[in-house]
Amino acid sequence: MLKRVTNEWIGENGMPATLAAQGAMKEPASPPVVAIKGLSLTYEAADGPVYALSNVDLQIAEGEFISFIGPSGCGKTTLLRVIADLEQPTGGDIHVNGVGPEEARLRRDYGFVFQAPALYPWRTIQKNIELPLEIFGVSKAERREKASKQLELVNLKGFENKFPWQLSGGMQQRASIARALSFDPKLLLMDEPFGALDEIVRDHLNEQLLKLWDKTGKTVLFVTHSIPEAVFLSSKIVVMSPRPGRIIDIIDASVLGRDRTLDIRETPEFLKIAHRVREGLRAGHSYDD
Amino acid sequence: MSANRHALILTPLAILGCLYALYLVHRPDVAGQAGLAFWAFIVVLWLLTGFAISGLSHLKLKQPVARRAIGLAVPVLFGAFLFFLWEVIVIGAGVPSVLMPAPSAIAAKFSASLPLLRDDFFQTFVKSVLSGYAMGCLSGFLVAIIADRVPFLRRGLLPLGNFVSALPVIGIAPIMVMWFGFDWPSKAAVVVVMTFFPMLVNTVTGLAAVGKLERDLMHSYAAGYWRSLLKLRLPVALPFIFNALKINSTLALIGAIVAEFFGTPIVGMGFRISIEVARMSLDMVWAEIALAAIAGSAFYGLVALIERGATFWHPSYRT
Ligand SMILES: Nc1ncnc2c1ncn2[C@@H]1O[C@H](COP(=O)(O)OP(=O)(O)OP(=O)(O)O)[C@@H](O)[C@H]1O
Ligand SMILES: [Mg+2]
Repeated sequence: MLKRVTNEWIGENGMPATLAAQGAMKEPASPPVVAIKGLSLTYEAADGPVYALSNVDLQIAEGEFISFIGPSGCGKTTLLRVIADLEQPTGGDIHVNGVGPEEARLRRDYGFVFQAPALYPWRTIQKNIELPLEIFGVSKAERREKASKQLELVNLKGFENKFPWQLSGGMQQRASIARALSFDPKLLLMDEPFGALDEIVRDHLNEQLLKLWDKTGKTVLFVTHSIPEAVFLSSKIVVMSPRPGRIIDIIDASVLGRDRTLDIRETPEFLKIAHRVREGLRAGHSYDD
Repeated sequence: MSANRHALILTPLAILGCLYALYLVHRPDVAGQAGLAFWAFIVVLWLLTGFAISGLSHLKLKQPVARRAIGLAVPVLFGAFLFFLWEVIVIGAGVPSVLMPAPSAIAAKFSASLPLLRDDFFQTFVKSVLSGYAMGCLSGFLVAIIADRVPFLRRGLLPLGNFVSALPVIGIAPIMVMWFGFDWPSKAAVVVVMTFFPMLVNTVTGLAAVGKLERDLMHSYAAGYWRSLLKLRLPVALPFIFNALKINSTLALIGAIVAEFFGTPIVGMGFRISIEVARMSLDMVWAEIALAAIAGSAFYGLVALIERGATFWHPSYRT
């Protein structure tokens, strides 16, 4: 049932994903990649406290694709940043790969794709993708090889010697994804990576990302505002709600399988899940009024 | 469009006219007693040149070589015409050379005193300016790095920096002469004081100009202080550092020249200016001013050229 299609994006010799796939299908025996219990984060702003996250519980198993969806300001970015140790929680427990977020960060356990590409303009695309490898002290030859593999993966071959500002927004975002993938982290944190792209490019990148995930068995945490995108990509969808930022529903979408094409967006299963996500978002909004 | 094409005929015409006016003004029966007709001719030339230059600057050319040549010709012609006006007015009206010597007189003085000017240049520019500039900029940069590492230093040094920048050169120069003697080290010390703080302030500002996401990226790679300094913060600070280098290139020259007014061995651009003014030989003063202008612009231009190469990625230079 786990049919695998090879394509230009992955190539023939990717790692077999069967193991990781099974891990996602049955509930895992391995420890959770992210374990969050009673997590809260309050920002002390000038005009009083902002309850960005309140009492969040979440377990993410290895090889899952989790989408976070919810209205603006519900704490999606904050949650990802806490996992990445870029923000300190004010309460609760969080473990990443069995250790604290700081230790996980120091071990370089994750790759983060920010909402904006954040490429360094003085570096060529190739050099930008090599940046993490350079910092990890990887040898020059190995850097070249890994970067050019990622360039191929995100369809940027031929642009390696261009500077970021010479590329379109979508190409820049793809370069930033290649940069996050370059050191092959097992955990990918992606904050609205396709937010600024047009529908067609977005569909295309969604397919590519899904195939990459299917092939490599990475765990992906993905923030989005789009319901179809969330349903199309995810094994689980986490619906959040603001003031205070919290999780109001976790919807399982693994019935759609791992190997999806864009056509499944018309199937009844897909629409049923999308409907449930929409209901969840509505419920979250009505809290405000 | 086609009106601008006339510039290609008007320009040689204007140049010929100006050359003729130069010939006229130097004739004994015109110099110092130019009549109305002569001035009327100059006004006509002025209008003609104005049309020619404005036509040239609006020309739309296809070949890049031609476009470059025109781009260069416009400022050159403009500058040359200003010198031309200066020359004809001073000579034609017979302005006393103590008030304002003609460019030709300055040029003649300049070429006649080359050995002297070379010694002055060497003393003031090479010894005082360059050494003071290098020391001031380098120490400003290094202290900025230290201040970046030690926050309380930053809070203490920056207000002090603004305070010292406000000190007049006239105040510190005599003190430096007391401390470091009459020769060039005291002038270099003035230059160090003048250039140190612009570099310090600019570098500290530049190091703090890193965007949040760019910084978070380094943090997520668990990059240490020095690595993120080298790979992220210094490149971001580079335009700020070059800004300081450019400001300092002019400050240093002014500082060194003015400092020489307060005791110096008998050589140096500032020294020469001060004694030649006293002797009323203004053409020598102007020759020194010309030297300072040439040296200063060349220095600034060189720094600006290096800046272009080093910060090609900055939005103001992107192509
Ligand atoms: N550094 C900060 N200081 C104070 N408040 C903050 C800070 N960062 C975020 N917040 C607040 O925390 C809340 C959650 O912000 P967050 O960026 O996580 O939302 P989000 O779900 O990612 O929104 P969006 O979909 O618009 O990106 C918001 O109300 C925001 O104003
Ligand atoms: Mg966000």
